[in-house]
Order: sequence, then C-alpha cells, then structure tokens
Amino acid sequence: MTNSPGRAEKLSSSAGSVMFDADVLVLGGGPAGTWAAISAAEHGARVVLADKGFCGTSGATAAAGTGVWYVDPAPERREAAMASREKLGGHLQDRRWMARVLDRTYAQSNQLADWGYPYPADDDGRPQRNSLQGPEYMRLMRKRTKQAGVTILDHSPALELLVDGNGVVAGATGLRRQKGDRWAVNAKAVVIATGGCAFLSKTLGSNVLTGDGYLLAAEAGAEFTSMEFSNAYAISPAFGSVTKTLFYSWSSFTDEQGSVIPGASSKGGRSVIARALRKGPVYAQLDQADAETQRHMRVSQPNFFLPFDRTGIDPFTQRFPITLRLEGTVRGTGGLRIIDDSCATTVPGLYAAGDAATRELICGGFTGGGSHNAAWAMSSGHWAGQGAAEFARQMGTTSGRQAFRRGTVGLRSGGGRPLQGSALARSVQDEVFPYELNYFREAGRLGESLRRLDALWSDASAADAPDEKELLRAREAAAMLATARWMYRSALTRQESRGMHRRDDYPEQDDRYLHLVTSGGLDDVWTSARPLASAQYAEAAE
Amino acid sequence: MIEVIDAEQCTACDICVSVCPTNVFDKTDGIPRIARQSDCQTCFLCELYCPEDALFVSPFADAPQAVDVAALKEATMLGSYRRAVGWVEESRHLRAADRSYRLFGH
Repeated sequence: MTNSPGRAEKLSSSAGSVMFDADVLVLGGGPAGTWAAISAAEHGARVVLADKGFCGTSGATAAAGTGVWYVDPAPERREAAMASREKLGGHLQDRRWMARVLDRTYAQSNQLADWGYPYPADDDGRPQRNSLQGPEYMRLMRKRTKQAGVTILDHSPALELLVDGNGVVAGATGLRRQKGDRWAVNAKAVVIATGGCAFLSKTLGSNVLTGDGYLLAAEAGAEFTSMEFSNAYAISPAFGSVTKTLFYSWSSFTDEQGSVIPGASSKGGRSVIARALRKGPVYAQLDQADAETQRHMRVSQPNFFLPFDRTGIDPFTQRFPITLRLEGTVRGTGGLRIIDDSCATTVPGLYAAGDAATRELICGGFTGGGSHNAAWAMSSGHWAGQGAAEFARQMGTTSGRQAFRRGTVGLRSGGGRPLQGSALARSVQDEVFPYELNYFREAGRLGESLRRLDALWSDASAADAPDEKELLRAREAAAMLATARWMYRSALTRQESRGMHRRDDYPEQDDRYLHLVTSGGLDDVWTSARPLASAQYAEAAE
Repeated sequence: MIEVIDAEQCTACDICVSVCPTNVFDKTDGIPRIARQSDCQTCFLCELYCPEDALFVSPFADAPQAVDVAALKEATMLGSYRRAVGWVEESRHLRAADRSYRLFGH
C-alpha cells in the first residue's frame, strides 16, 4: 500500500496480523489520547492511535458532558482559581503546574472554537468555554485526529508494551477484536492515555476504563503516585448509569420513610449518603431547582434526563432511589508518575496523559471533578504528544532494533488452569465497591482486603493464558487487580485523612503526611514517601 | 442496556457495530446482532449515532428489560436523545444550547 507523507507505515498485513512502523504510538482515544496524537503529528511524528473501543465514543468524556477548568488569564482570576482548591486537595498541589495547565487549557479551548466547536454564548453574546458536550467534543476530536494524518486503530486494545535491550519503550501489541487478529506497532515512543480505572462499575462511559494502561506500564517498570486518592463515588439513579453529580446539588435526600437524611448532600455530604446506603435505600428529588434552573439543566445535559423520561419519573417532583457508583481513579487523582514537564514517566520513551497520569499536580488529594480532569486531559495530552515526538526525533533511526515483549499475567503459560477474567473481575469488585472497605478506610479492613487481593494476584500469575476470546477480559481483570493493590497499599501507608482519602482510624489531617506516596510493583507491591516539589525547592535553596 | 434494533428502521449500515465502545454488537449479513448485551454500559452512544433512529437503550443498567417497540414508536422515544442533543436537522440549534455556565458554582 502507499502512504501519504507523515503517515505511519503499515509494514505487513499477513493473514491474522497487522504491523505498523511509527514514531509515536498513542494508546487510548479519549480527550488526552486525541490531543496527544494531534500534538505529536504537529511536531512531525508519524502517529498511530490505538483505542480499545472507538475513538470518539470511548472513555469517560464521550458519553457525558464535562466542565472545563477554563479561566480568563487575568492574574486575580487565576490566583482565585488556584487558591480555591488548595485546602480541598490537602495542599498537595503544585502551583507551577496549576499555572501552566490553566495557560494550556485556555489555548486548547480556544483552539476548539477555531475548529468549530459550537460553544454557547451568554445573554450578552460572550462565548462561554467552561463546558463541553461529550459526544460533540469527541466527534470533533476524532475528525481532527484523522485530519492530522494519524492512523486510528479502533477496537484495538493494547495487550503489552515492547521494549528494546536498554529498556527503552519500542511499541506495543494488541488485539483487533472485531477482526479476530493481532496488531503490533513498532514505535520510538509511546503515550499511555488509556484513562483511569472505574472497575466496571457502569459509571457513565467508564466500562472501557479498567486500568489496562497502568498494568502494561507497570510491566515495563513505571511508577505510580497518589493511588490512595482513588475512592471517588458518583451519584446515579439506583437502576441507571447516568452519573451527573452536579445536578444533585439541587436535591434533597430522604430515607425509606421519607425523612430528610441530616447532612446528606452531593458536595460535602456524600459520605453521609454512603453511610445511609449501608442501612437502607436512599432517595433523591431535585426539588430545589426552580423552573429556570430546570430548563438550563435540560439543555445542558440531555442525557441526565434519559433514565427519568424513559421510566416516567419527574425528578423534580418525584423521589427516586439512588446509589453511589465507584469512579476509582477516573475521578480520583492518582495515576502514572510523571517526572518532567513533557509528561515523561520513569520508563524511557513512555509518556502519560489524562486520567492515566497523576492529576495530583493540579488537584492534590481531591477529585478534580470534571473540570480539572478535562483541563488536565487537554494539557497533559498536548505535552505528552509533543514530548513523545521529540523523544522519537532524537532517537533517529531504529532499524534493526530488537523488541522484547513485557506482558506478564494472562499472557504467559503458567502451567495452571486458564485465567478466568470475568470471575476475577467480580472478585476485585468485591474488594473495591463496598463503602466500608474503600470509601471509609481502616487499617484492619484494608489489611484483610490486601491479603485477599495478594492471593488473587498469586493465582492469576500462576494461571495460563486464556484463549483469544477471553484474553481481553483476563487482562482487564488483572489490571483492575493490580490497581486495587496499589490503591490499598498506598491507602494503608497514609495514616491520616486528607483530600478524598478517609481513614476511620485516623480521621484528622496530620501534617507529618504532607508528602506524596509513590507506589509500584506487581508481584511485590511497594510504596515510598516522596517530598512535595515545593519542599524539594526549599531544600535546594538551603 | 441496549434492548432493540428495530428491523423496520435499520438499514444495516453497521455504524452501531463500529461506535459501541464496549463491542456489544456483531455484524451479520443483515441487521446487526446484540451479541454481548451484558457488556452494555448504558452510555446511549449507539442510539445517538444511529442515523435511522432504529435503536433503543433502556435506562436500566444492570439487567435486561422487556420493551414494547410499538409503544416506544408511539411515544416517539426512538431517536429522542438525538433530537435532544441537536444531532438532527430540526434541532441543530440545541448543539450550542449548553447552559452549564449558569449552573456551575451552585
């Protein structure tokens, strides 16, 4: 086949597999992945983007809508935007990163306007750019990714990374699940933009987010950070998937008998809801939204109303049962540790962006909700793509470079019975869904859970690779399991309550823990304390 | 979960097969098959992308539901999400109707 200049080269297409030669491989086709692919292509790289699902619909953003941390560049507005979050985040943020993310998000959002994103205007005709409609945004991002010359592989989940003899990332391999064969991409740099891990909880749009990128990065030696900030739960109708917690700030919350639950609220009182749910059903009713607010809600988030319109419930006048669905590290702030401004990880040639990368830099220990997360995806995507393209350029020719597969669990013959992905996924859910284990943490319960999770890991590691049809689910389950172990090991280490991490046995914030927790490892999970960047600067100045 | 591909409306364009992020559908010689319903994450995106309003996603995320296609059509439920987000000609103005900026900061 012929290739237009700048496109990744398809090397062979023998029956049953397809191989590409690229400068940069991006794993994941949500906001972070598409921004990374576009920015790498703009820096002259030949780029392949592989998405587990369909680039344009997969990931937490596409199905939903999201606020964006878009702030006018006026210094006092920026200052207020940064200051307002520092206490919530337990003072673990990095101001230098917050400032550069604000600058970059402003630029990227304006870029979207130039590309034709239909931003609304307020009554005075001023454009409003602090919110994006997921389907609209991601449809546009797919189009721009293609126009940038990026080769998109849909329904092509990555299975494992390739590295060269020096441990430098050399590409990845994966499945083409609708074609029933495999892909391989030789690349000089790889961007992990596979999102966080929501443990198949059906929180809106997140069932593709099973920590896959974490697992394959860890297999190549990558490190994690802030994994204890991983216990985000979102409100949804008990029967449904639509999590739009913002709208519940107009809600009252009642118990079975219809009595108001004291302290229950979407913000600052969600833990009260979690405790109440352990005793019985909890009901919501958006009875504090006036007619005008109701109209704004309808046009802003049409999907919020699908579960109600289709079941004949008027959420403003009728109460309905709710639940809390685990959002894990999708709304948490932990992820792959990045070590410089280009979003490089600790593995040479490997970059991270979006929810897959730590968001502690701008959120500290608290969720970024939608808006910081969207800003982070745009910014880190841009930088990771640029960083990967630059790494590839400096590497020059790599012909004849040997590549080694780094995949482990689920991919190797272990001599045992085949890894049962679905059963393993359920076992992991049993450890991370319960509020008494994950939402409200305590040393004894965390320790017991970790013992069970470690045993599951030993079994999974000893298992045989399942057949091709079950392989993806097995790898997903293994990634969920690995994620849970980094989460809980980190949570056990932080003997205080800070940000979103709550310890029943240490209910107060304790400034002996004003540091970050690095974690990693597969067979042996480890953690270590890491000083804040600001503390490092202070030390260097002494 | 996805419950219906309406055989009267479906043109077998297979867009749903492509766009479903969790690979629920399989291509066939005719209209696609809901092959892995339990993998449906109830994100409504297949319905949104279906140009013929042939799909219906029930809002019940954890268990399949029996649905009455004739009643859904009668109630103009098919395609209701597309109309609400402005992805059909007559409601294009809704694409820029986001009023989230009025709701933030509550």
